[in-house]
Amino acid sequence: MKNRINTLYKWIDDRVHLRDLVEFMGKKYVPIHEHSIWYYFGGVSLFLFIIQVVTGILLLLYYKGSEELAFESIQFIMSKVEFGWLIRSIHSWAANLFVGAAVIHMFSVYFTKAYRKPREITWLTGMFMLFLGMGFGFSGYLLPWNELAFFATKVGTDIPVIGKPIMILMRGGEDVTGATLSRMFGFHVAIFPGLFVLFLSIHLLLVQRQGMSEPIEFEDSPPDGSQRTMPFFPNFLLRDLLLWLLILNVLAVLAVLFPWELGQKADLFASAPVGIKPEWYFLFMFQTLKYIPAQVFFIDGEVLGVLLFGFAGLLWMIVPFWDRKSSAGQQNRLVNYVGIFVVLYILLFTILGYIA
Amino acid sequence: MNDTVATGNDQGKRDFLKYALGGTLLAWVVSVVYPLIAYLKPPKQAEVEVSSVKVGKIVDIPKDSGQIVKFGTKPVILVRKADGELRAFSATCTHLDCTVQFRSDMEVIWCACHNGKYDLNGRNISGPPPRPLEEFRVMVQNDDVIISKNV
Repeated sequence: MKNRINTLYKWIDDRVHLRDLVEFMGKKYVPIHEHSIWYYFGGVSLFLFIIQVVTGILLLLYYKGSEELAFESIQFIMSKVEFGWLIRSIHSWAANLFVGAAVIHMFSVYFTKAYRKPREITWLTGMFMLFLGMGFGFSGYLLPWNELAFFATKVGTDIPVIGKPIMILMRGGEDVTGATLSRMFGFHVAIFPGLFVLFLSIHLLLVQRQGMSEPIEFEDSPPDGSQRTMPFFPNFLLRDLLLWLLILNVLAVLAVLFPWELGQKADLFASAPVGIKPEWYFLFMFQTLKYIPAQVFFIDGEVLGVLLFGFAGLLWMIVPFWDRKSSAGQQNRLVNYVGIFVVLYILLFTILGYIA
Repeated sequence: MNDTVATGNDQGKRDFLKYALGGTLLAWVVSVVYPLIAYLKPPKQAEVEVSSVKVGKIVDIPKDSGQIVKFGTKPVILVRKADGELRAFSATCTHLDCTVQFRSDMEVIWCACHNGKYDLNGRNISGPPPRPLEEFRVMVQNDDVIISKNV
């Protein structure tokens, strides 16, 4: 058996020179320090993304993306298909955990300034993937065609500033209808996954090529052997896999004990239900819109809100380019204060959104 | 004549080729991209223009209540005040497009999405809505309640 594997390895190695790759993997080390735990969240996000691809493909086998059939097809999946309830619940739960893990990953990279030179492109591709992740959440939310999703999509596609042509492009018409469902379905299962895989490939390639980022303090310490590292292969990878196994178990427990609800089928001529809320990761923005008055000076309140969030998001995304100090290996407290403010703001408005 | 130095004549030929090829490339890109963008734009569908809708008998509409009425493809809210007066407005919130509802406890038209409030004349009185609701005309003919566009 071992002989056969060796023969196969040699056969491939002769053609594609696997040895270089194996040598490269063997030289990859993960730094060990007090912030090492944050290295795991990128891998966790990746694992949850893989879960989404697998469960998403399974759901595609029964889902029907039309106004008349979408809700019924998910009812069918949840009540008739064996373990359909499990697959759908895992898809919904993993979607939320994915956004959660990606947000933690993003903040940990921000606070450890791992985005600094030379990892600007890794940061940018990561931010694009986070936005795409939110796009996945938003487009996937409509697919069951239930009441909550219908109004969430109405609000989400009526965002001012972006303009009417874009709204019509997203809705497939003037209003949210079955045409919108078809579009969101297309975004969710074809356009977004394609773009995501592109950014993910660049992101992972860069992580392999450049290695793990180390905190600034760690970089400065003298190379006297006091810096501890762990081989990526197999030590770190095995730890990664163990964590992934744990997460899969957590997912299964969540999906079984708290199955995802389907709600009421969307009715185009019903009032918005009481207590309507978007997904938790949009809640802080939703709550802010509630507090901004209709008119601030001469601007519509909602326009102002969207402009502010857009501007803040842009500043956040280009942090590697305005934080020159970190790239030069110096501490930059301003970045920390901005980050702490953003975390507190999001926490406060999310909590307000839940209790209001 | 040096190979690397082009005469005026050669330069002219080169420029001509540059613009001809560049122009062709541009035309090619446009002819590929334009159909794609045009495809994404949903076609205008012929909609039956609705000018009035019969809701039902006035005796069936309780006082101090509101209901959503299908007006073509748009929702309209019909409110019957406590004193029996009928009013109708577009049910689409002027803030972010949600469908509003009548709240008898507050005597307002209310939007659940962002807590916007309109009085029973359709005026935005609190919360984020930037404009009043568009009003529709309500008529009662032989006990039938009819909503029509306000022209």
